[in-house]
Amino acid sequence: MNSSISATINRYGADPTRLMDILIDIQAELGYIGNEAVTQIAGALTISEVDVEQTISFYHFLFQEPRGKYTVFLNNSVVAQMMGRQRIAQVFEEEVGCKFGEVSKDGLIGLFNTACIGMNDQEPAAIINGAIFPSLSTFQVRNLVKGMHDGKSVDELQVAGFGEGKNYSENLKTTVRNNIRKKGPVIFSAYEVGAATQKVAHMAPREVIDVVKSSGIRGRGGAGFPTGLKWEFCRKTEAKKRYIFCNADEGEPGTFKDRVILTEYPRMVFEGMVVAGYAVGSDEGILYLRFEYRYLKEHLENVLTDMRNRNLLGTSICGKKGFDFDIRIQFGAGAYVCGEESALIESAEGKRGEPRDRPPFPVEKGYLNMPTIVNNVETLCSAVKIVLNGGKWYQSFGTPQSAGTKVVSISGDCKFPGIYEIEWGFNVHDILEMSGADDVQAVQVGGPSGSCIGPDEFDRILAYEDLATGGSIIIFNESRDLIRDVVMNFTEFFIDESCGSCAPCRLMTVNLKKKLDKILDGHGVAQDLRDLEQWAAIMPVNRCGLGQTAANPVRSTLKNFRHLYQKLIRKDTNFDVNFDMASAVADSCKAAGRVPVLD
Amino acid sequence: MSEFIEFTIDGKECMAEKGQYLIAAARKNGMYIPSLCNIDGVTPRGACRICTVKVNGKFMTACTTPVSDGMKIENDTPELKEIRTQIVELLFAEGNHFCPACEKSGTCELQALAYRFGIAVPRFPLNHELREIEASNPKIIKDHNRCILCKRCIRTIIDEQGRRLFAFRRRSQNLTISVDTQLASSISDELAQKAMDICPVGAILRKERGFSVPIGKRKYDMSPIGSDVEKETTDTVPEVK
Repeated sequence: MNSSISATINRYGADPTRLMDILIDIQAELGYIGNEAVTQIAGALTISEVDVEQTISFYHFLFQEPRGKYTVFLNNSVVAQMMGRQRIAQVFEEEVGCKFGEVSKDGLIGLFNTACIGMNDQEPAAIINGAIFPSLSTFQVRNLVKGMHDGKSVDELQVAGFGEGKNYSENLKTTVRNNIRKKGPVIFSAYEVGAATQKVAHMAPREVIDVVKSSGIRGRGGAGFPTGLKWEFCRKTEAKKRYIFCNADEGEPGTFKDRVILTEYPRMVFEGMVVAGYAVGSDEGILYLRFEYRYLKEHLENVLTDMRNRNLLGTSICGKKGFDFDIRIQFGAGAYVCGEESALIESAEGKRGEPRDRPPFPVEKGYLNMPTIVNNVETLCSAVKIVLNGGKWYQSFGTPQSAGTKVVSISGDCKFPGIYEIEWGFNVHDILEMSGADDVQAVQVGGPSGSCIGPDEFDRILAYEDLATGGSIIIFNESRDLIRDVVMNFTEFFIDESCGSCAPCRLMTVNLKKKLDKILDGHGVAQDLRDLEQWAAIMPVNRCGLGQTAANPVRSTLKNFRHLYQKLIRKDTNFDVNFDMASAVADSCKAAGRVPVLD
Repeated sequence: MSEFIEFTIDGKECMAEKGQYLIAAARKNGMYIPSLCNIDGVTPRGACRICTVKVNGKFMTACTTPVSDGMKIENDTPELKEIRTQIVELLFAEGNHFCPACEKSGTCELQALAYRFGIAVPRFPLNHELREIEASNPKIIKDHNRCILCKRCIRTIIDEQGRRLFAFRRRSQNLTISVDTQLASSISDELAQKAMDICPVGAILRKERGFSVPIGKRKYDMSPIGSDVEKETTDTVPEVK
């Protein structure tokens, strides 16, 4: 009976809904979650061992076997690839002496792939034992591996200069940069900590909801649901307890704006949660933070402590009796689907991040079956400013149908990748000019689940009524092979990240990929393009946004860049099933020691 | 006192108890909505998406959606038939479904749906993935070649302490079902039989039992799946593509 495992389990009251925390803490201490730990956890929580493993095996960053004293995760997002990831990966493999997906023979270093880690403006980037190593050069990689062989600590391995702003602060000390290129009037502007909390303490909760409603603000995570309405539904549902979740999972590739907001304005985020809690009648908030941002843990926890000391969190906030609210941080463990609000709640309950069937919606039955608000980081920050400055003020920015500003994270082929806070209504030309992009072939708005548009659509505007986005904007210049480098990368991303629950999501994406392979191998015919379109049409029947948008890379490029597909398909025939006799009989001939006659 | 409400399926006026799931509500009105992962009396999961219908123009799964007043439901449309057919074909292409040698042939719901939809061969390339047969348990065999990940076993097979014997492992392409060796080693005859019965395909089978009902006399040999629900019997053999 391992005592440190027992201690961890007991720290969370042997509560099955805290399984994620238990697993993360055990792994942090022991390096992995072994069979002994699984048996102990199953016994203490009265669940089966396969049930424990059901949760562990779902998440990318939880492992059941050792992954090296130094575990390297190198992200393979499309922008990382564009910025030279392949060469970096090669050098890692050469220096470490094993391939990606393996641990070196001496058990010292493990090399693993991972999806976008929210560092698209500073690629290629890796996570090593939780610390971020952005903007990697081959020189750096060689030094890093040498440092690991010399037994240096992860802190000692960080030889690059620390980033600007709070990245340089005592509790953070990271080489990650903010790259704030354009500040705006809502988020990246003057902020008096506690002013909004003071103000709502003198308002009726109903009034707070009304002011948010009057602003017309819609969710900033990508789904765009009217925030005021969400808060109202939650308040209207009779319950003994309600919960406020801040969705900081930021998994959509190309989105890294919440990372910067959490770095520079964490108090605003937490204050937004307090305001939401006051408005809907909740005393408990949970920040669901993606595991890749674990390097922010100490920074954020210190902020929470500071806010408690200033009576902005805890009991009797601002001296008002009954105004109680506190926040804890819940880490994810590597699953894009957990950005979906019901999957996020499932994960927070210690389970696999499988989206729930709706209805009922989280505002009626959410976390622990209680009414729950799940709001994006930026939405909560905006709410703080709306409470302070009023709905009319907020509506003075943006368009009539899309009020306010949007923080976008721009990356890819541009001179100035980074964070821009813009009013809704900017068009794509504006974006390209702001970020210094020339020779642009295509722009991906809204990440892989959004749309890929060409120059004939660059006068479209960023707005809910036109090109909606959670913030991700990726720019591709003329040198990029859209189908081979972008569509494939995005399609493979959806394949990896699918929870697997819905048959079409689990299965159709793979068939789309096989079709793409066939076309890229030179065996595509006209019917294959028709198949792609017809097959992609099934995706809307899936349960959640991931499944529903998983075929968007294919659909979007078939619509806007059809000529690229046309170039690849055979014109000399209508029939090609990509059957190669030689490779089909290769195994059997080898086994029988024969040479096939193929004429 | 249950509240009865009115709704329509394919234009036909129907009545059902408020709050019933659409599949049950349709069944009460003699209309069959095809489904696969759904099982009566167990919390629905909406995993296979075969029971997808259109509710007031929006795609929803009939197994997870409660019926409400005035709902306009589309069920038997070419679009929905095409979707359901594609899903069944996808499932056939995913695993290694070799019907002629399978104990479940004739009682298999996946096979029965394929016959109902007139599927001869899936349009999707077969995966031919190497999958295992777990035979270490004393009473049951878990054949992963046939498993369609419908989650019926996960949802229903629970021991006296409420612990699950079956669970998912991993996700996406690597998603599989694992059997808790320790808990399943002392599985009762009753629970083992239940596991075999609730599995819609031949992925969970009792050991030392086989072919007690001859091929040709099994449930779906006698009548197509869904025919027990539909008021009119279909005399025509579904057209094979």
